[in-house]
Amino acid sequence: MATLKRVTIDPVTRIEGHLRIEVDLDADNVVREAYSSSTLFRGIELVLKNRDPRDAGLLAQRICGVCTYSHLERATEAVEAALGIQVPPNARILRNLLHAATFMHDHVVHFYHLHAMDWFDPVAALQASPAKAAAEALHYADTPYNTSEATYRAVQARIKQVVDSGQLGPFANGFWGHPAYRLTPEQNLILLSHYLDALNVQRIIAQAQAVFGGKNPHPQTVVVGGVASVMDMEDPSRVGEFLYKMKSAGQFVSQAYLPDLRLLGQAYKEEAAAGIGNGVPNFMDYGGFPLEDLPWPQARELFVKGVILNRDLSRVHPLDPAKITEDVTHAWYQGPEKGLPPFDEETLPHYTGLEPDGQLQRSGKYSWIKAPRYDGKPMEGGPLARLLIATAAGDEAFIRLKQQFERDTGWEPSYWFSTVGRTVARGLETALLAEAVPGWVNELVENVSRGQTETYRPYELKDGEGFALGAAPRGALGHWVKIKDGKIAGYQAVVPSTWNASPRDHLGQLGPYEAALIHTRLAKPDQPLEVLRTIHSFDPCIACAVHVIDAEGQELAQFEVRG
Amino acid sequence: MEEIAEQVDRRLDLLEQVEPQPGRGSILDRLFSTGLTRRDFMRWSSMMTAALMLPPIFEPRVARAATLSTRLPVVWINLADCDGNTESLLRTADPDFATVILDTISLEYNETVMAAAGEAAEAHLDEILEKERGNYVAMFEGALPTGLGGAYLTIGSKGETGLALARRVASGAKAVMAVGTCATFGGIPAAAPNPTGAKGVGEALGIPVINISGCPANATNIVGTLLDVVMFGRMPALDQYSRPLWAYGRRIHDNCERRGHFDAGEYVLQWGDAGAEQGWCLFKMGCKGPYTFNNCSLIRWNQGTSWPIRAGHGCIGCSEPDFWDSMAPYEQPLGEKVYGSALGIGIDAKANTVGEWALGAAAAGIAVHAAATAVRNRLTPAWNEAGSEPAGQEPSVSPKERE
Repeated sequence: MATLKRVTIDPVTRIEGHLRIEVDLDADNVVREAYSSSTLFRGIELVLKNRDPRDAGLLAQRICGVCTYSHLERATEAVEAALGIQVPPNARILRNLLHAATFMHDHVVHFYHLHAMDWFDPVAALQASPAKAAAEALHYADTPYNTSEATYRAVQARIKQVVDSGQLGPFANGFWGHPAYRLTPEQNLILLSHYLDALNVQRIIAQAQAVFGGKNPHPQTVVVGGVASVMDMEDPSRVGEFLYKMKSAGQFVSQAYLPDLRLLGQAYKEEAAAGIGNGVPNFMDYGGFPLEDLPWPQARELFVKGVILNRDLSRVHPLDPAKITEDVTHAWYQGPEKGLPPFDEETLPHYTGLEPDGQLQRSGKYSWIKAPRYDGKPMEGGPLARLLIATAAGDEAFIRLKQQFERDTGWEPSYWFSTVGRTVARGLETALLAEAVPGWVNELVENVSRGQTETYRPYELKDGEGFALGAAPRGALGHWVKIKDGKIAGYQAVVPSTWNASPRDHLGQLGPYEAALIHTRLAKPDQPLEVLRTIHSFDPCIACAVHVIDAEGQELAQFEVRG
Repeated sequence: MEEIAEQVDRRLDLLEQVEPQPGRGSILDRLFSTGLTRRDFMRWSSMMTAALMLPPIFEPRVARAATLSTRLPVVWINLADCDGNTESLLRTADPDFATVILDTISLEYNETVMAAAGEAAEAHLDEILEKERGNYVAMFEGALPTGLGGAYLTIGSKGETGLALARRVASGAKAVMAVGTCATFGGIPAAAPNPTGAKGVGEALGIPVINISGCPANATNIVGTLLDVVMFGRMPALDQYSRPLWAYGRRIHDNCERRGHFDAGEYVLQWGDAGAEQGWCLFKMGCKGPYTFNNCSLIRWNQGTSWPIRAGHGCIGCSEPDFWDSMAPYEQPLGEKVYGSALGIGIDAKANTVGEWALGAAAAGIAVHAAATAVRNRLTPAWNEAGSEPAGQEPSVSPKERE
């Protein structure tokens, strides 16, 4: 393999944040080397230092404008852990409802607006017969969403006008007509139509979150000790508004999102069977959506926490936060050779630049993202990890959804270890949450009807240390905080996309994005559609992955791990 | 009022004489062809007229303006940001996002929604900057890190810094908009200790920009400002921080639904207390509504669903310069700060003890807006009679001067 062909993708678009991917192809256009780099540094954890701990959630939330609520909740929980606060049941339920809206919103937007154009070709949809498309939609759903010959005709007319105008806007320069697209014109039209529908649906989910959250993005209602929106919680019209909007989103999930995944699961079955896009063999999640009023990790949760190693689904290892380390060998920070636990790190930004032609310095440091490792191993997080962990642990709800999909599409269990599998798992998780929401609303209504309207537990501000671990839409999210003299003395977030977008570590182990790209064959190297497909299947969110702990290198005490 | 209406009419007459480009119908034609009814359209025009703080006499003129426009090319660049403003833009309702990007503007570059990636994206950007030079609107989201010579942010296969890219894109733009508080004033990356030397776009590039602040900016303010340019072909009237007066001309506090409780001295004193259940004033819980200029209390968020104060949490002042430093902590009034602040000390302590004390902008000691209402400024614009030249491009105070 004397000369490899280098393909650079920067910017990787349809993601959140600034991501660069470099791959080297052999003579058969198969990926032999892959490098994942983030090219932006902001330093929000530095900004958090010396602030009022009650403001941690509002500040840390700005780590990301997509899963804003996840950071708000996790940061607030970390402060609560430091202060020894257990929030009342209504606050737990309201937080679960707000977080469910975040997940459903994120997954719908991710699939339709950030990822689906890797699978469907909107230009080819113009060739479809609207009548045949309406009939085709019935193959994937008994009552397909917004499906009729007239709907499809209107969608075609609308897109045709854009194409005819010569101003293609966001559709300009896509890889239309690429041989890796496998859908018929009618199937393309079904997805294109739902792409437009989903623009409305995501707005409705954001509205639902705003009922209790005040606004979206960046909701503003969670406070240390509870939730501020007591007035809305006690107002039946507001609770009803939330439930109705979430149910209408749930309807979209069951009548459009899941059917579209069945469509893809069948059309791209070969890719799934071949395991294209399978990455590191280890999966991890912190669990989420507490169903009981007990401190983490005692409470029963909707999502199952744990670790799977080497794709061995016969065993789910218990999660031990003490095994988390971050390695900066190939990241633009100073640090010791091998990884250290987060609070032992001395972290200093240390930018060594790019090659003169703008390429990454591959043998040296090449990303603003660190390399988190669990017990020294890279871990994939996100919906696929959660599906595998939950089903391996025997969770009935996840098992039912997984087996139903396998029956509907003729999938084998091995197919999940793939780019397509990652994408389908995200949709199944969305359906699971849509099913859970009405029950939680009932629980809330029962509490209020019994006169239990408590949403907040008062507390004394004092010195302490705490951390909070839990699921975010893209994977495992942890925040750590140290409080001294009423101020934040140290802050750390180890976030989902740091795990997934990690560069190599001191042992040369590839991060999940990098590992998932190896062995992928590109049909047209100048149009790296297959690379985008796999990267997008992780739902990259790079703003959250770019962070620093403490430029002064101040050491923070190691936390005692509970449970 | 009548006089300005006549000027608008003359401008529209001029526009009408311009031949539409071949094969390109007006926006209105396209809207109707997608199933929108005239009734829907009139409702939309009416809403936009109100949102732009124009009197009802302008309603038919807003409607007419929309029929004469062709799609405005927009280049949206993400800098040191969290994507919150793009996400906010996605939430726009009247018009909805699909209508905005398919019928109203031509969103030529936006990393979050565009299909193209890598080389194809870079090539398209270069092509648009060349082809539409002087014609496109540049919208920036996120701050500009200036440390390391700008290398805290690089974009593209050549490793171009955010600074260089922003300069390149801004230089050929018909108008430059900074969307969100990071792009307008530096936002959270610029908060102390500002690890990357982050600055707002106008300040970093030393150019006049339209600032649409907020964390994030409200979808209505983003789209409304765009429509101002689409419909009127000129810059909106701006306040001293270069923010459109139609959106940022009023204080949160002045139109707050809890204002009556402030005047009556009825305050929430703890999250979830009896006052919170009754919707009393959040000032003593740290609400920064009295110092914040934005239209949240009028238009709210997510199609009027709610806003932070309705949801029981105080305003954090997110559309003001340096609010991460000057308005924190967010759960207590500024007067309780034990250290000095740019906003002055003692004033709020007074409000804290005297419930009926009515806050004024001058008394609060913060930057005072030149105008009391947006409408008054609307009626004294530097309006160009011929209608062919954009007017009012210069903000009343440049970012440099405001320091």
